[in-house]
Amino acid sequence: MPESIVTILDVAIGGLLLGSIYALIAMGLSLQYGVARVLNIAHGEFIMIGAFCTLTLYTVVGINPLVCLAIVGPVIFVIGFLIQRTLFTKLRTSAPNQAAYEGSSMLATFGFMFIIQNIALIAWGADYQAYTYLNFGVNIGGAIFSANKLVILGFSIGIGVGFYTFLARTRMGKGIRSAAQDATTASLMGVNINHVLALCFGFGAAMAGMAGVLYSMRITLNPFMGLQYTVIAIIIIVLGGLGSIPGAFLGGLILGLIGEIVTKIDPSLSLAAHYFMFLPLILVRPKGIFGK
Amino acid sequence: MHILEGEGVTKYFGGLAAVSNVDFYVEQGEVVGLIGPNGAGKTTLFNLISAALVPKPGIIKYKGKNITRKKPHQICRIGIARTFQTVKIFANMPVLQNVLAGSFFGTSPGMSSTDATREALESLEFVGLSDLAATPAGDLTLANQKRLEVARALATRPELLLLDELMAGLNHTEIAESMELVKRIRDRGVTVVMIEHVMKAIMNVCDRIIVLHHGQKIAEGTPQEIATSKTVIEVYLGEQTNAGS
Amino acid sequence: MNITAFTFKKSLVPGLLLVILVALVTLPIYGSLYNVILVTSILMYANLTVSWVLFSGSTGYMSLATAAFFGIGIYASALFLPTTGAVFPVLVVVLIGGLASSLVALGVGALTLRLRGIYFAIFTFVLVVLIMELGIWWELSVSHLLGRYVILVDNNVIFYTMLGIFVLVMLTTFFIRRSKFGLAMRSIGENEEAASHIGINVTMVKVITFAISAFFMGATGAIWATKLTYVDPHVAFNVLFSFMPVLMAIFGGMGNIYGPVIGAALFAYLQETLQTEFPEIYMISFGFILVAVILYLPNGVLGLIQKLWKRISGGKRAHT
Repeated sequence: MPESIVTILDVAIGGLLLGSIYALIAMGLSLQYGVARVLNIAHGEFIMIGAFCTLTLYTVVGINPLVCLAIVGPVIFVIGFLIQRTLFTKLRTSAPNQAAYEGSSMLATFGFMFIIQNIALIAWGADYQAYTYLNFGVNIGGAIFSANKLVILGFSIGIGVGFYTFLARTRMGKGIRSAAQDATTASLMGVNINHVLALCFGFGAAMAGMAGVLYSMRITLNPFMGLQYTVIAIIIIVLGGLGSIPGAFLGGLILGLIGEIVTKIDPSLSLAAHYFMFLPLILVRPKGIFGK
Repeated sequence: MHILEGEGVTKYFGGLAAVSNVDFYVEQGEVVGLIGPNGAGKTTLFNLISAALVPKPGIIKYKGKNITRKKPHQICRIGIARTFQTVKIFANMPVLQNVLAGSFFGTSPGMSSTDATREALESLEFVGLSDLAATPAGDLTLANQKRLEVARALATRPELLLLDELMAGLNHTEIAESMELVKRIRDRGVTVVMIEHVMKAIMNVCDRIIVLHHGQKIAEGTPQEIATSKTVIEVYLGEQTNAGS
Repeated sequence: MNITAFTFKKSLVPGLLLVILVALVTLPIYGSLYNVILVTSILMYANLTVSWVLFSGSTGYMSLATAAFFGIGIYASALFLPTTGAVFPVLVVVLIGGLASSLVALGVGALTLRLRGIYFAIFTFVLVVLIMELGIWWELSVSHLLGRYVILVDNNVIFYTMLGIFVLVMLTTFFIRRSKFGLAMRSIGENEEAASHIGINVTMVKVITFAISAFFMGATGAIWATKLTYVDPHVAFNVLFSFMPVLMAIFGGMGNIYGPVIGAALFAYLQETLQTEFPEIYMISFGFILVAVILYLPNGVLGLIQKLWKRISGGKRAHT
């Protein structure tokens, strides 16, 4: 296979991988903001926690990182569920209006960012850490890919699609979607709104956690890594239209591809490029590419 | 003299024409009623005149000058003031401050604070809210909030005032008072365009009526002509039959 | 409130302010070095909080750009006051920091101040991270520096400069609130659409206010940098400085001019104490305090005190 095609394939797989991780994170945040109306500044911290737990479970206890998905996901779900059920429910019921609730809940999540970051700092220290798992080459038509890249790609797309199907097909999914349309009407129609919002926040956090589990195979971890993913997730859900799950999925993939291309050109510019794209876009189309 | 004119004024929302190719004029000193069923495009037309929206295509002229490209605050400063269908008062500010904002920034922005205060107090007096000057605007009754909006608009010293459903939600006494208020505004020399659903008020107060339906002007004339117009009656009867079914 | 209490309060406030100002100006004479440094950081937070309230409190646009303006000020010092030889005197650099920040605010404001609600908060938040990333890229690829050193400045000079900025920002807030311009700002905060239709040039008022508030943030950053002595993009553009002013303002209450100051003072004092007494858990406890404040003090400490006072005084005015 010619060199150029290998490079293109390499960038495409890398971009899809990054994009599928972004998509998971963004779908999670989209659920939290789109339905529960919490713009979660601590979203990236759940990624960081998911990643660090996997590191410990794998290197200390010896549990396979893919099995960790089944442990970390549910645990973070429960934590997220309880946070929404207690704290944000109180904020929501005491806020005079929607804007006040959105503002105060966002500030509260900033407090969480602090708490989670510093718990991680005590638990894992400030140094960069990493582990290796499935780090051998797989030959696809002449191009060599690291096996973990393909595994991450497969799992994250699987989780993303699975979750979307859950929202689209199941009864609970319908409850969530109707709450996203109009919380008051949904609650009048017998949907337990506090329960649904808590489910959303829990699922959102769990998706971030699982993205962390998967991505930990390829990156170095430290307690302050979360914020950049929060910002990327915010950018994606704005691009995809606030609250749109398919928009978050597609937006994630697109931003991942662009990020990978820029990284090939100048790695130190890649994050700046992410943010820079966002600024003109929010000005021209504040409702997002896919927003109505 | 035509104080206000519109030529082919059109506004689309998505694929839907909210206002479609409407020509209209308003004479200096008259009271014009703007009526039509819900969704006829009345408030959209007000938004176009006051530059909250930009017509596309179409031209709006004030005293013969094209004002289509102006910003809302510029529209106010050249002498067009308005009120809103759903009241938009400054709820956490005292009544006097609401009106003071109008007199400070209206047609004469360079006004001294003594003059502005006098102006504001005079406007409050005019609508009968002097006693409530220190009350937070949000604590007023709906009728008084609507009066406050009128006072705030008048404090900008307009020559043309757009009143959007001044009487909606008011009781009989309050409606009678509001009709009186509109007449007194006209007597001050201010030209008035009013959107209203209260037919009694429209027929009683207006010199001329423009009827909109589905964004188009379907009739125009004196109250008498409108009251006997076949098209208008059909539109209104049609609406009632629809509402009844 | 009856008349005697009112006039009493009227003469009490300026007197009290004078006492506080004198106490602050003479602090380096009677206070310890530790006290001077503590009050300097309280003043730093007060400057940021009062400037934030000046714009966001009145217009209702929640800006998270404070860290960006603060950081631009810090970098003004890093560029013009390096250890290898200061280019300008400290006060000139403080001015440069303020002006640079307000220039950026003019540009950003003109572009973004039509974004409503949460969009403006998101935009300004991303702006901070963007500027930080661009800074990192610039330092790595262009100037090949990890960080920069800023000259040592005498603690008293830092203190008096910070105090000077504080007095200026308080006076500015005081006069703007009483002016026609302040009335326009409040009208925008109450109802922007109505404000524009009574002749207020809402875009201009918002952008100018944003730039004024950014000026003080930048100036504060410029003098703060001399206390930091070492500066890199992570230090300068820390999102913490975007959120702290918001929390301090909420903590103190935004209803009046001194609420944010009290909030900033209490919070900064708390932070310093926790940091020295419990260095390991100070950040965590800080996070818990933040969450607790939002949960239990939506109207700030002043609101809480007023509430308690009403309860103590028999709740006679509780329903008015």
